[in-house]
Amino acid sequence: MSVFDGLKFRKVSSPIHNLDPRIKFVYVICIFVAAIMFKSIIPLAALFVMQLPFVFVAKVQKQWLRSMRGAAFLAAFIFIINIVTRFFSAGYVFTAFDIEEATAMTLRFIVLVESFSVFFLTTSPDHLGLALEQSKVPFEFAFAFTTAVRFVPVLAEEAQTIMDAQKARGLELEKGNLMKRIRNYIPVLIPLIVSAIRRSLELAEAMESRAWGACKKRTNLYALKLHRGDYILLALIIVILVAASYFFVFVSIPTVASFFGL
Amino acid sequence: MIEAENVHYSYPSKVEALKGVSLTVKDGEFVAIMGQNGAGKSTFVKHFNGLLKPTVGTMKIDGVATTQSSVAALARNVGFVFQNPDHQLFSETVEEEIGFALKNFGFDSKVVEERVTWALELLSIAQYRKTSPFLLSGGERKRVALASVLAWDPKTLILDEPTIGQDHEQKERLRQFIMQLQSQKKTIVAVTHDVEFVAECNPRVVLMKDGKIVADGVGREILTDPAMLELSSIVLPQVAQVFTKLSSLGLPKDVIDLYEAKALLLKTKARLGR
Repeated sequence: MSVFDGLKFRKVSSPIHNLDPRIKFVYVICIFVAAIMFKSIIPLAALFVMQLPFVFVAKVQKQWLRSMRGAAFLAAFIFIINIVTRFFSAGYVFTAFDIEEATAMTLRFIVLVESFSVFFLTTSPDHLGLALEQSKVPFEFAFAFTTAVRFVPVLAEEAQTIMDAQKARGLELEKGNLMKRIRNYIPVLIPLIVSAIRRSLELAEAMESRAWGACKKRTNLYALKLHRGDYILLALIIVILVAASYFFVFVSIPTVASFFGL
Repeated sequence: MIEAENVHYSYPSKVEALKGVSLTVKDGEFVAIMGQNGAGKSTFVKHFNGLLKPTVGTMKIDGVATTQSSVAALARNVGFVFQNPDHQLFSETVEEEIGFALKNFGFDSKVVEERVTWALELLSIAQYRKTSPFLLSGGERKRVALASVLAWDPKTLILDEPTIGQDHEQKERLRQFIMQLQSQKKTIVAVTHDVEFVAECNPRVVLMKDGKIVADGVGREILTDPAMLELSSIVLPQVAQVFTKLSSLGLPKDVIDLYEAKALLLKTKARLGR
């Protein structure tokens, strides 16, 4: 369940954890936009490196590495697909440029995963719900979202129990060819889905019996307020966007290959 | 035969759930493992069919270390019924559900058919053969889960909280059922909190606390020792509570069986002449 670990929030306090979740989300979107703008290695590598300080200041390097490892398989997949399609469309030749572009595409994916994982690792589900609510998202949706996030680890644990129960009945998940292996997961997925539905119905009943949604206008114990760190991050966002637009429009970005005279 | 020797187990989260557990369960024995939540009972029994492997120490089933074989191979001899039947039911009909493990173990279809019929009748759920397991009540689902394990007739049976969510009648049937399996020389290990159930069955009792075994012996001794039970947050069975209060009448304290209690009380009544 290592993929889920990257999404599991642990309660710690750091300058990054204490940032306003709304600004942090804008930052993620800003990185997202910048990553989509470029398709060469140098700016994407810069975007990748730029986020490392966040990881270290928040002291989430371990969990972050784990979620990156989880993304490694997909990244490899993206790289291979890129290389293969370019190989065929270029008339069965490899060029340095093609390899570089394929690398850049992979890097772009990694940057996106990196920024989202930093966001989720440093933002508590409560904070996230608060941010949604105070951004005028209807409470029902905000609540559904935070509940979903909160139940990810619970479901991951339940999946483990179900796998154990089926293994105890002689199910061998790692046996057979690819199709057989996918089919092996049916006895795990069905109980998982059924119990998730059952759990959600029970949760709904429990909440309604405690007068959920009784008053239309809700107030919050905690109100989000911008602090100095948030303004600094906001300034950083603007700098990134301006710089990215400037490079995008006015500077022709050199390829890595050109440094080696290829 | 199940042999655990100095078994330690730490979860990936570094929580040490077992801190040196040694236990031998002979063939044909009936053992109840008791203890408070988080004592490591479930973690320990998951070693019996290789779902977990000890971090330190050895776990042997019939003389072979569990690290030497797969869960599927071990499961052939050690059946494990999980606490919540909803964690395993997935088929469209009860029949398919019970046949699932048999097919995994490679029985041929005629044998599967016979064994399914046998298991359905054993647990008196034959009328639900073609019903979806999801439409059954909680107690019935639990019986389907039990049948799906008994179907391959494992030598050892592990029951995790078998009495939870069962009414009195079902519990009584479960008890009789366990006795029946015992007479067939099956080894039974039950993890449970249900002190009354254990008192009625009177098996060998193993008490666990904080990842260690703190007591091991016959039910009659352990379930009537208030100090021992308090250590594991278990209350005395009701019969034992009554006899503790009545000890001034010269009655023994170590009584857990209802019939024995009745006989003793009648004798005392006659003695006191009232």
